[in-house]
Amino acid sequence: MNLTSLPVISAGFWAATAMIAAVVLSSTAGEVLTAAAMKSVGDLDEIRAHSGLKGAIVAVLTCPLFFAGVFFMAVAFFALLFTLNQRMELGLVGPATASLTVFTNAVAAKLFLKENVDRRRWTSAVLICIGVYFLAH
Amino acid sequence: MAHQKLSLYQSMILILVAVCAPLGNTCLAKGMTSLPELTLAHPLALFAAAFTPWVALGIALLIGFFASYLTALSWADLSYVMLATAWGNMLVELLAHFCLHEPVSFQRWLGVVLITLGVALVAPGPSRTEQPAPHNSGAPQ
Repeated sequence: MNLTSLPVISAGFWAATAMIAAVVLSSTAGEVLTAAAMKSVGDLDEIRAHSGLKGAIVAVLTCPLFFAGVFFMAVAFFALLFTLNQRMELGLVGPATASLTVFTNAVAAKLFLKENVDRRRWTSAVLICIGVYFLAH
Repeated sequence: MAHQKLSLYQSMILILVAVCAPLGNTCLAKGMTSLPELTLAHPLALFAAAFTPWVALGIALLIGFFASYLTALSWADLSYVMLATAWGNMLVELLAHFCLHEPVSFQRWLGVVLITLGVALVAPGPSRTEQPAPHNSGAPQ
């Protein structure tokens, strides 16, 4: 068997895969932490009705989880900018990060937020995941 | 299992989440591409860019998105908000086709159909997971 005839996966592919993973994981962490923060704060509409807009803003800004979520969202944003700036497999990175994030968010919501991600939501997540990939490609 | 339906106000918040993000990104992209190339060596130029009409409109829309997104997450599941507002992804595509008469490929139409099916499937369902009430049998009656 001639080993030189085997397909070689380029270093660019692995770099792009690593960047996609970084963007998707940091984005998912940001979304889940923000959602956990808002769950712990409670219904913002009720808080606004009792304490006004200022009370609602104070309730959000005094929750440490909220800042952790915003931090990871910022990391995801700059990781995506860096990836796009490096011109790494542009046709792959944009669509892959957009569609994979839909799926990883559903998984993380089930695991960490204990949400009831039933068959209806899984089917919807898969359809939207493929749809976003086609739109972004 | 029966579930509480979203109020008109809550539905409006979800529509804002879906609409503000793609429109904000489009305004930002339009504003930034119309400017001369910016570098970190001139940070004041970057600051001034935020006050050009398209970039300012984009920033305002993204602030609106974040505020409505946080509001939605305070009374609905992340997995519901994310899926029920996914139709915003195809909004720019449809506006480009029907308002600007730009051609849309078969692959993109397929994407629009799949997202529509996905949203139509999840939107009528429950928006929040009901957590079991804490068991406090030891509490005094």
